[in-house]
Amino acid sequence: MKRFWRGLSVSAGATLVLLVLGTAGAAPAYAADKLYVITTTTDLAALAQEVGGDRVEVESIARGYQDPHFVEAKPSFLLKLRKANLLIVVGLQLEIGWLPPLISQSGNPRIQGPGAAGYLDASQFAQILEIPTGAVTRAMGDVHPLGNPHYWLDPENGRRIARGIQMKLAEMRPADAAYFQQRYDSFAQRLKEAEQRWDVEMNPYRGRKVVTYHRSWPNLAKRLGLNVVDYVEPRAGIPPSPRHTVELIAMMKRENVKVILVEPYFDLKTPQSVAQQTGAQVVVLMPSVGGEKEITDYFKLFDYDVNLLVKAFSAAR
Amino acid sequence: MRRVSVLAGILLLLPGALAAQQTAVDTKKEERLQALEERVRALEAQLNALKQELQAVRSDAPGGLGAKLEYAALKLPTLAVAEVAASIAQDPAAQAAAASQLPTYGGASSASKALNPDISVIGNFWGAVGRNAVRPVPTLEFHETEIALQAIVDPFARADFFVSLGREGIELEEGYLTFTSLPAGLVAKVGKMRAAFGKVNGMHNDALPWIDRPLVVENLVAGEEGINDAGLSVSRILPAPKGIFLEATGQIFRGDSENLFQAAQKKDVAYVAHLRGYRDITESTNVDLGFSYARGHSAPFAADSSDVTPDSNTELFGLDATFRWKPLRRAIYHSFLARTELVWSRREQIPFAQHAFGFVTSAEYRLDRRWTIGGRFDRSARFCSADLSMLRPSNACPGRATNVGLTDTGFSALLTYWPSEFSQIRGQYRFARYAEGRDGNELRFQFLFVLGAHGAHPF
Repeated sequence: MKRFWRGLSVSAGATLVLLVLGTAGAAPAYAADKLYVITTTTDLAALAQEVGGDRVEVESIARGYQDPHFVEAKPSFLLKLRKANLLIVVGLQLEIGWLPPLISQSGNPRIQGPGAAGYLDASQFAQILEIPTGAVTRAMGDVHPLGNPHYWLDPENGRRIARGIQMKLAEMRPADAAYFQQRYDSFAQRLKEAEQRWDVEMNPYRGRKVVTYHRSWPNLAKRLGLNVVDYVEPRAGIPPSPRHTVELIAMMKRENVKVILVEPYFDLKTPQSVAQQTGAQVVVLMPSVGGEKEITDYFKLFDYDVNLLVKAFSAAR
Repeated sequence: MRRVSVLAGILLLLPGALAAQQTAVDTKKEERLQALEERVRALEAQLNALKQELQAVRSDAPGGLGAKLEYAALKLPTLAVAEVAASIAQDPAAQAAAASQLPTYGGASSASKALNPDISVIGNFWGAVGRNAVRPVPTLEFHETEIALQAIVDPFARADFFVSLGREGIELEEGYLTFTSLPAGLVAKVGKMRAAFGKVNGMHNDALPWIDRPLVVENLVAGEEGINDAGLSVSRILPAPKGIFLEATGQIFRGDSENLFQAAQKKDVAYVAHLRGYRDITESTNVDLGFSYARGHSAPFAADSSDVTPDSNTELFGLDATFRWKPLRRAIYHSFLARTELVWSRREQIPFAQHAFGFVTSAEYRLDRRWTIGGRFDRSARFCSADLSMLRPSNACPGRATNVGLTDTGFSALLTYWPSEFSQIRGQYRFARYAEGRDGNELRFQFLFVLGAHGAHPF
């Protein structure tokens, strides 16, 4: 019996070693003619697709209707990361709760953090708002000490990020540099035209006061001229408390705030209760591409949100 | 006459002289003109050259200086400075806060603080009321403080250190270097680490879904310490059908793990192998399966015990399964997780080998953003020891190699409250029926809190 167990264990161990070594030489498979780009959010994926065109294959880890702070680091994501040529991240510690172990376990040397050939932090190109001044502690809630990471919600930042991605792609594939430049130029021109359209639609409502659930909208608010006066959360990442909700209702009545913006991954119970008591309207605004089925690219994200805002403000007159 | 001739000569020569002088002047002018023309041409050439150079500078060609300058300019922090200044100017509190901000000293060397590791501290405070004569715990206890230091070492590796402070002193719970850029997709670790045996063995105390560890771990897998030793680990994602994640891990350790393995000689190293399979069923549900094997030299029951020989080995076989449901749109409000882990153990000892089996099954459900309920059932054999004083005569060690008849059974109900994602308060009602025929009936509670940037735990 002793010999049996010993033989079984030796055989199992040898099989496992052979299995690992036998596949050690296998190269990760990806389309040789395309750059395989993984992004942490759908917005970065949309921008990468705009400038990369048919020379890239792009996938996002998080879904558009998912809170990007709380993505689970599932092993299935390792299957994507291990073959990535380029990983584009939002940065500013947005992904700190789930991305680092995925990067370490992927075994992909191209994406092992800042400085790696295939790692791109999009925040370096963007205008960052709400960078805390003075002491930063968790008494402020789940504060982002490097600034607000939801910066893609400003078309100017979208342009800058796209430019950064275009240059990175050109650096990785010099032969396609002209193609990426052409794609960027087309994107920038279409974005300029779209911005003019959004400005016309939002002009009547510049300066309007709004309440938002979480601090996801400073860039969008600044761009569209909205005034965010308070939040449903008492602190970032802290659920609404009865006391804060009462204070919020009083403020909304006093300041005549009629619109509450909520991300799709938050519960609507408290916002709807507040809206009922203040005569306000709850608007589920999409913070990311793919938040709804029809939001299939960066332009449609703003089309969708601007349309919702115009309807809400029109009804709130 | 002479005067006329001279005058005529002068008159005749004068035009010539004048002409010659004029020619000289013209020549000079022409020369000057030519010189000026050449100068203009030269300047024109320089101008053209400068234009071309400027064009190249503005060029977006890869590697072009213009591209590099624009790329660098894109990365310059913008606006934020003006925004911050404006906000400070308007907000007296911000002004006071900015004024009170601690200065950094050291000049250029202060920038090196950016390379400091991520530091975090986790406090784990326990309490218990009730009765448990077999495995008692203190009424109140700061059970553990874990200090984590984590950082990237260089482009090829990262390091993680977890120092545990508890009643028994200070020890290095884990400290390892992970090589992240090896060829062929290999990931290697070297240092002191929790072995990849099953699921529970790899969990730190702060990551457990319960306050205590289940009976199968306490009886068969070296208790709270677990299989935790100095060694080497290599893992790799294996080829598998699409959508299936398959990972193999092989580890070799020094051979000392609490009361499970003990290296009597240098050659008494311990081995651990783990095969993990994972698949997403939908975007919200997934299944995780694992097969584990561990082998090492048997540790004696007591320091002065002689119940093992130099050839006595202990082998563990493990099977773990986890099912998760977490809807992506409501991930912070609702989720469900069910897990089970089975362990078979074969322990060689004098005078015979013993076989034992244990398992734990648990489930937890998130009610809303702050509350989670759970339950656990565990049952595990316990190896009989030479010390029979705690045993009834009917539970004495059998006279031949067989499955041990000593079995502990337990049940727990749990309730967890999350004031925020950085702290939790947990209550656990724990009932256990031990092999001695004694019961444990306790209500335990736990306060867990995190300071700093604690790295995410593996999924």
